[in-house]
Amino acid sequence: MSAEKTLIRRFRESDFLYDFKRSPVTVVSFVIVMFLILLAVFADLVAPTNPFDAGSLNLMNGFTPPMEPNAFTGETFVLGTDDQGRDLFSAIIFGLRVSLFVGLTAVILAMVLGVSLGLLAGYRGGWVDAVIMRTADIQVTFPSILIAMLIFGIARGLLPPHLRDEVAITVLIIAIGLSEWVPFARTVRGTTMVEKEKEYVQAARLIGLGSGQIMVRHILPNVLSPVLVIATITLALAIIAEATLSFLGVGAPPTEPSLGTLIRIGQDFLFSGEWWILLFPAFTLLALALSVNLLGDWLRDTLNPRLK
Amino acid sequence: MLLIILRRLGQSVFVLFLVAFVSFMMFRYVGNPVDNLLGQEATVEQREALIEALGLNDPLHVQYLDFVTRAVQFDFGNSYRGALPVADMILERLPATLELAMVSALFAMFFGVIAGVYTAIFRNRFLANVIMSSSLIGVSLPTFLIGVLLIWLFAVELGWLPSFGRGETVQIGFWTTSLLTVSGLKSLVLPAITLGLYQMTLIMRLVRAEMLEVLRQDFIRFARARGLPEHVVYFGHALKNTLIPVITVAGLQLGSIVAFAIITETVFQWPGVGLMFINAVFFVDIPVMSAYLLLVGTLFVAINLIVDLLYLAIDPRIRDGQLKRQST
Repeated sequence: MSAEKTLIRRFRESDFLYDFKRSPVTVVSFVIVMFLILLAVFADLVAPTNPFDAGSLNLMNGFTPPMEPNAFTGETFVLGTDDQGRDLFSAIIFGLRVSLFVGLTAVILAMVLGVSLGLLAGYRGGWVDAVIMRTADIQVTFPSILIAMLIFGIARGLLPPHLRDEVAITVLIIAIGLSEWVPFARTVRGTTMVEKEKEYVQAARLIGLGSGQIMVRHILPNVLSPVLVIATITLALAIIAEATLSFLGVGAPPTEPSLGTLIRIGQDFLFSGEWWILLFPAFTLLALALSVNLLGDWLRDTLNPRLK
Repeated sequence: MLLIILRRLGQSVFVLFLVAFVSFMMFRYVGNPVDNLLGQEATVEQREALIEALGLNDPLHVQYLDFVTRAVQFDFGNSYRGALPVADMILERLPATLELAMVSALFAMFFGVIAGVYTAIFRNRFLANVIMSSSLIGVSLPTFLIGVLLIWLFAVELGWLPSFGRGETVQIGFWTTSLLTVSGLKSLVLPAITLGLYQMTLIMRLVRAEMLEVLRQDFIRFARARGLPEHVVYFGHALKNTLIPVITVAGLQLGSIVAFAIITETVFQWPGVGLMFINAVFFVDIPVMSAYLLLVGTLFVAINLIVDLLYLAIDPRIRDGQLKRQST
């Protein structure tokens, strides 16, 4: 109980919170991100309709403009409907859920992979280090979106056609995760090489702990704060990468549309005057990507006083 | 010096072989070349004959060498869809992509440098602050969203510019160009801005930061003390000294322009190699994917090599190995 109290007090009195409160842009971004995350998590409760329940769709409701009653059914939709009479507000909330889920899991995958390889390279050195870091060097000469596309394409080629849509989300996560591990590995390797020379690591080695235990229990906690910064920045990149791939038609399948898929669908109706089908998902994605980016920037400046 | 260059060359060749190996593995093992070429009604004899003809029974290293030899002669096999030679498909579409990439690179360079210099010199003016803040939005906006929003504004709402295709093209030898017709030039505007905007913000921020750094130095103060006019100080002295890092970054960005052309070409249905690649991913057309990978990989390796060698030529500190620790 008391430990908890001091932890809260420590947080309240920290520079971290002080900096946060003094930057209105950051507070606004944080609120937007939290709001969007909550929307996505409680999508089933918040959304007025389930956009993927074909039974609840009424084709007569198709192309209803926002805030106007439909000419045939008289129903009103806050953000209008798409060609199949699907409520756009619900579609965006569920799309947000897919986008955030793919983004977060892809970052976690990239982080686990990058941190493990970085620790290994930094701690072991020698040929292990050389192989891991040269691979990273080669990978970063190619833009990560291109690598994600290639991995997605190869996976599609290896999978039998009937499975392609079913596991598309998983493939997408793996493709984005594998394309973003390098920054984690490079940073962790650098810090590990410094940390492993320190006395506490030598002490741990002296009392006979194995390398695995030293890496995970002793070095890892000391390299985490830059990892957090990279993770936030990578989250923005992963969300954009997911939206891009889905927009191009090589990401989330039509049965589980993400924000990118919704924008792809909306583009078809732009010329016939149904602007809302495109613009509402587009601005949701913009708000999400921009807020996460601003949070990442602020976190980098705050946790890395050297860069200030 | 010679040793460094040779080592750098060796590295590039190694990476090239690696890229070739990945595309070979894709070509050989992802998807089944025999099924895709013959269809389902083929007899066992036909299959055996094709397997023998394609050399699929040879040892792996022989197949790999064979693949590389043919790739060097610009033979990438036939596309699974339409059965056209992949090399012909690429040659037909390459001019469209290269023109788009060149125009957007020039656009990014030109406006990026101007905006960068402006925001550095007048950094307290209102307009400079507006440019700086909107550049942050420019960095966060995904390329495809920029394209879609530009289409909405300039093609749908205002109706000024076309939203897809290349317009009319003119054939010069094997090269088709859209730079010589009015409709071609109009079609180029939106895709070029879409593709160049991100690089432009990048160059602008870099030029601004470098300019601010240089303007603080003594030789600038001295130039002012000599009574040189402001524009000579800014453009003759300051800008000149910011250009080395700018050219390096712009050079390295050429590669990502080609990669992001995939996205822009899809948004605007621009008939280039990027659109061809994304269709290949969608329809699992492995020969096209592997040829594209090989082509883009070669391009990237070449760009990196050239930038590194230029750096070596320009900066004597790297040449003498003083900055070795920093560069590894």
